[in-house]
Amino acid sequence: MTEERYEFTAGAKKKIFILGAVGIVLLIIGVFMAKSGGHAEEAGHALNTIEETSLLASADENTIVSNSEEAHGEEGEHHESAPWLKRIFSNLWINNVYFTGLAIIGLFFITIQYASQAGWSAGMKRIPLAMASYLPLAGIIMLVSWFAVKADVFHWTHSTLYAEGTDTFDKIINGKAGLWYWPLAKGSFPIFYVARMVIFFGLWYWFFKLIKDHMLAEDLEGGFDHWKKARSLSAIFLVIFAVTSSVSAWDWVMSVDPHWFSTMFGWYMFASWWVNGLAFITIVVVMLKQKGYLKVVNSNHLHDIGKFIFGFSIFWAYIWFSQFLLIYYANIPEEVVYFIERISSSNYAWIFYTNIILNFVLPFLLLMTRDAKRHMSILMVVCPIIIVGHWVDFYLMITPGVMKTDGAFGLIEIGMFMVFLALFIYVMLHNLTKSLLVAKNHPMLEESLHHHI
Amino acid sequence: MQVTSPLRETLITKGKTVHDITEDICRQVEGKPTKSWMIGMAISLGILAIGAYAVFALLWEGIGVWGMNKTVGWAWDITNFVWWVGIGHAGTLISAILLLFRQKWRMSINRAAEAMTIFAVICAATFPMFHMGRLWIGFYWALPLPNAFGSLWVNFNSPLLWDVFAISTYFTVSLVFWYIGLIPDFATIRDRATNKISKAVYSALSFGWDGAAKTWMRYESVALILAGLATPLVLSVHTIVSMDFATSVIPGWHTTIFPPYFVAGAIFSGFAMVLTLMLVTRKVFKLEDYITIYHIELMNIVIIITGSIVGVAYITEFFIAWYSGVPYEQYAFINRAFGPYNWAYYTMMTCNVIAPQLFWFKKIRTSIVSTMVISIIVNIGMWFERFVIIVTSLHRDYLPSSWVMFYPTKYDVGVYLFSFGFFFTAFLLFSKFFPVLNMAELKSIVKSSSEKK
Repeated sequence: MTEERYEFTAGAKKKIFILGAVGIVLLIIGVFMAKSGGHAEEAGHALNTIEETSLLASADENTIVSNSEEAHGEEGEHHESAPWLKRIFSNLWINNVYFTGLAIIGLFFITIQYASQAGWSAGMKRIPLAMASYLPLAGIIMLVSWFAVKADVFHWTHSTLYAEGTDTFDKIINGKAGLWYWPLAKGSFPIFYVARMVIFFGLWYWFFKLIKDHMLAEDLEGGFDHWKKARSLSAIFLVIFAVTSSVSAWDWVMSVDPHWFSTMFGWYMFASWWVNGLAFITIVVVMLKQKGYLKVVNSNHLHDIGKFIFGFSIFWAYIWFSQFLLIYYANIPEEVVYFIERISSSNYAWIFYTNIILNFVLPFLLLMTRDAKRHMSILMVVCPIIIVGHWVDFYLMITPGVMKTDGAFGLIEIGMFMVFLALFIYVMLHNLTKSLLVAKNHPMLEESLHHHI
Repeated sequence: MQVTSPLRETLITKGKTVHDITEDICRQVEGKPTKSWMIGMAISLGILAIGAYAVFALLWEGIGVWGMNKTVGWAWDITNFVWWVGIGHAGTLISAILLLFRQKWRMSINRAAEAMTIFAVICAATFPMFHMGRLWIGFYWALPLPNAFGSLWVNFNSPLLWDVFAISTYFTVSLVFWYIGLIPDFATIRDRATNKISKAVYSALSFGWDGAAKTWMRYESVALILAGLATPLVLSVHTIVSMDFATSVIPGWHTTIFPPYFVAGAIFSGFAMVLTLMLVTRKVFKLEDYITIYHIELMNIVIIITGSIVGVAYITEFFIAWYSGVPYEQYAFINRAFGPYNWAYYTMMTCNVIAPQLFWFKKIRTSIVSTMVISIIVNIGMWFERFVIIVTSLHRDYLPSSWVMFYPTKYDVGVYLFSFGFFFTAFLLFSKFFPVLNMAELKSIVKSSSEKK
């Protein structure tokens, strides 16, 4: 078969730059609006906030173990940044986690295909590979921005929490501090935490590199050896990912609400990452097809990945619901406060329900029929819904913990997302040009070409 | 045209033809019962008789004959219930989920696995009924019947009631799925039958199957629809079983990871039981060319995956108990690892987490003896998992004055034996009178996946 290569045209680059530039402009306008404007709104909002704070406080009073926590929480406020800056930091962190997810899911998708000996996907594997090439950048941005945002996003980084005998001492956070500070003193430099972040990205990137090298060498040399080696590497990666995905969920997202805990959380974040990654792969495949590339991918392959999106949207909802129901049903104060913060606050209540509609109701209904999964036009409706939907999901995981009742949704959120999206797409498309668009020597390619369902 | 990648291993060895399949599988249905079958049946009936005595004593005397006490209100009964329900997951997983994933290797094992599912679910259902003590009023307690006894209704908020709905739905769909798959094979046996009785019986069982193209089309579409229905059901059953525990506020029970972790554990134990049964069946019925070492290897890989998921869940639970800072939660897990039931905990850990990891070695996962041993170890481990969750969490409750140990009586053992007796009797009857492999489906892959002579 002919060698197919993607050409990153000047027109495409221009569009990405416009996306990023508009994002920056919106971000700047958003910051100005947050700093100055909207006083009339703020007044009404403030009234709301007072009520809600008291509601939350009363929810917390019932907390058996953690009744001391809110007191220092209030005091903690004054050495934290202004709300608009906190909001930027919060968004920075949301996008860090979100786009890291897209990158690592690129690799996860490939390794799952190898490990399960899937044939159908042989023609589209270069797209997740290109997505995963964002990994090193994701790691650098995350590490750098962690130091910028830590005081506002990660409450546990405040050393005053660990000063025994003072008002600010927090018994619960002190009890788990070893997870972040070991072997150093509590409240000093969180070396264990930072080391984990570096090691995780290092491991992920290392396996990405190893697997990618085999994939590209196969283009030149053919044969089955590279496929088999990539398969063994994939199995090892999946074991590593099983642990690192959960631990990174605890580190990067669950610890934003440092008192709260849920055993499901690791798998919840994975479910969100995974279905989002599938939707992103699909959108790129469809867009490439619309530009005339990827002739080898036809409606049968789209049907398969569409089934994945459908199935894993349900899976996400299953994980979401299981976590929610069990916490709601048992109604234990230290757990249920997490959902009270999100449902009983007018800032987040509508987002809370939007999240379920975007990530479950709409994909479920829209992708129900066989035809829906086979038509590019419907996939181009559902996939953006999911991609926005899971951003909202991460917004909801992180913002209430950072902003408490000051959370907002506006131009800052939209602008920052666009900037990151532009960067991600640029890196992905740039890497897509570096290899063949279709792995011509893939041992499953022939099977995939004749795939018919 | 269907293409099979040269990478794929053959699923049927020694160049069996379509006719060979019919001969090899009909042989034991048409022939006289073998000696080994008779011995197996005699042992099973013996166990069933001993068990039946225990059940009779239980129903006559009441559940006081069991070893439960006021602190440990659930013990072997619910342990056995969850254990059997878990085993009842593999069949539908193999036939439904692997069908959706187009895994051809399922065709050699799905029939027996589904039969196993049905018998296991029946065994499971007996335990909650026995636990009610008075079987005859069980219907009023379990089903939402009109209020014949005044204004009392079943408690719709209780996951125990959800269990009734989930398991009965699952049972019905599994039974229909299994039976529909059997119809073409019954027709084959009917057409070959030489004596009048078997001709009459199998033609009644085969519902007038005529093998027309239209009939096959309907057969295939109904299989797909049932697979789609059965997939969420497989997940729902163990999800709801897990909620029997997780909706409570008992430390060690209330944890959000339970639903998916129970499902993974169920598939894990189900596959172990399928392996145990199939290794014997393939030997006794000489089906080595259909259930090849490759099939065994793939099932062992499923064991590694699900065993690892379960392992990650154990670690997560332990970690979050520490992380939560809740003293009761922490104690529950310290008590598991260092309390008087720590032998059960370490049995569980060794059997479920360490033993399956041996399958990473190709030598071990392709060896029949080691597979047999590990599959039994996993079954033991999964029984202990439920025992640890149930008894260890209960025996030291919030009131140290009521801390006790649980000691099973001979009736606890006897009723458990009863379920074994029933299970093996039913499975032996099935394997004698029904075709143990799906002939019709196997024939469909002879062309693509059979070893060329």
